[in-house]
Amino acid sequence: MTTQEARTHAINMSSVLNTRMTRNEPEEISIKIESLRLSYGQKEALHGIDMEIPKRKVTAYIGPSGCGKSTLLRCINRMNDLVDSVKIEGKILLDNENIYDKSVNVADLRRRVGMVFQKPNPFPKSIFENVAYGLRIQGINDKRILQETVENALRGAALWDEMKDRLHDNALGMSGGQQQRLVIARAIAIEPEVLLLDEPASALDPISTLKIEELINELKEKYTIVIVTHNMQQAARVSDYTAFMYMGDLIEMGPTSELFTNPRKKQTEDYITGRYG
Amino acid sequence: MDNSKIGHHISGQFNKELEDIRNKVLAMGGVVEQQIEYAIRSFTTNDTELAELVIKQDNQVDAMEMEIDLECTQILALRQPAAFDLRLLLTVLKIINELEIVGDLAERIAKMAIQVSENDSRIDQYYEIQHMAELVQEMLHGALDGFARLSIDEVSTIINQDDSVDREYASIVRQLITHMMEDPRNITRTLNALWSVRALERIGDHSCYICKHLIFMVKGEDVRHLSPKELEQKIKA
Repeated sequence: MTTQEARTHAINMSSVLNTRMTRNEPEEISIKIESLRLSYGQKEALHGIDMEIPKRKVTAYIGPSGCGKSTLLRCINRMNDLVDSVKIEGKILLDNENIYDKSVNVADLRRRVGMVFQKPNPFPKSIFENVAYGLRIQGINDKRILQETVENALRGAALWDEMKDRLHDNALGMSGGQQQRLVIARAIAIEPEVLLLDEPASALDPISTLKIEELINELKEKYTIVIVTHNMQQAARVSDYTAFMYMGDLIEMGPTSELFTNPRKKQTEDYITGRYG
Repeated sequence: MDNSKIGHHISGQFNKELEDIRNKVLAMGGVVEQQIEYAIRSFTTNDTELAELVIKQDNQVDAMEMEIDLECTQILALRQPAAFDLRLLLTVLKIINELEIVGDLAERIAKMAIQVSENDSRIDQYYEIQHMAELVQEMLHGALDGFARLSIDEVSTIINQDDSVDREYASIVRQLITHMMEDPRNITRTLNALWSVRALERIGDHSCYICKHLIFMVKGEDVRHLSPKELEQKIKA
């Protein structure tokens, strides 16, 4: 190879390297929140939140207690509708459709946006019936379909191998970590688009926590996931994007790797490094 | 940027641990600075006792490096630091590595000083070497000072000073080559001088590396392989 050729190769190579490093493809957006305000009676809990949640990625909400992160999460499948004296302004667009529009059927919405809570809440039924529940209330009773869906959902929630011989045991006999994965299986059995997780691992031991985190990582192939967590290392481990909220405001949102190594706002820095302002 | 960046954690113990690490890095830097000072003095005054001391001090520097390294590892494992705290610890790990190398370079100068004194030969370039040493010492001191204050205000001055050091290095090398050409009997002792000057030049480079680590610590940007122009822009940004 002549020096000239080597030079050309080197230039080509460096241009390839540079494009790889700088290319930042815009994410496809699943949920768009626009100037969302929410008050409980006189007290405003969210002061106008604007946020874009990317499709098939994990977005984590972090922030101190009472900052509004759970409230915001619950807005995404209209769980707050159930709270008396709640007033909501602004829009949440799910695939460009405002979920607070009058024409929206809330039951349909919740089928598209599944939710898992801090404490596992399986029904006092068999494992099989827990997972099949969502289908049964949709009127699906075909045994083959049920069987297939339950197996897929349990596999999706990394429970199938542990539970395939115990499908007809009562779900309440499972361990906490297994129950939480069962609840996730129940949520994904009806194939939602979005999964909301409110502190899904805070009541679990470290191993179960890691299993849930591993599961979240697999689930993002198919679903848009939004997770609220108090455990910042967990947010750092599982999420692609992190939003830091404080006193009802969104302070900073960005790629998790950047937010945890070089946050732009001082408030974020103080919070994630465990400082008081 | 002020020292309160280290404090104000809810965990007072964590504040103490970070403060402790910072003090230890500065103490290690102090020993290394002394090593350079003594090494140069032993070289220019044929003081072999001082040279022996520099060699001994290197063990102390090595021990300090390992101790700080261990403490950083423990904090990383136990506290999972983030943001500035994380960058501080990563920077400390890199700085102590640079300091350890600088210590080795000072030790090399001290060893040359011993050899030169054994040969009972005088080198005529002491004045130039001493001046170059002063420039290099200023650079290292400035870099450590920046670390102590968690500030990058002086970083570009220090990095620019490396150009002067490089120019002095080139000029001393030219003189030493002339010496060797004049009389081949000079070659051995001139080579000793050359190795020492080379060590000094390297110390200047490592001081610049420390400065670049400081920029990462303060700004969160990796500036290690940027052109001088890009570097200047990053510092100002």
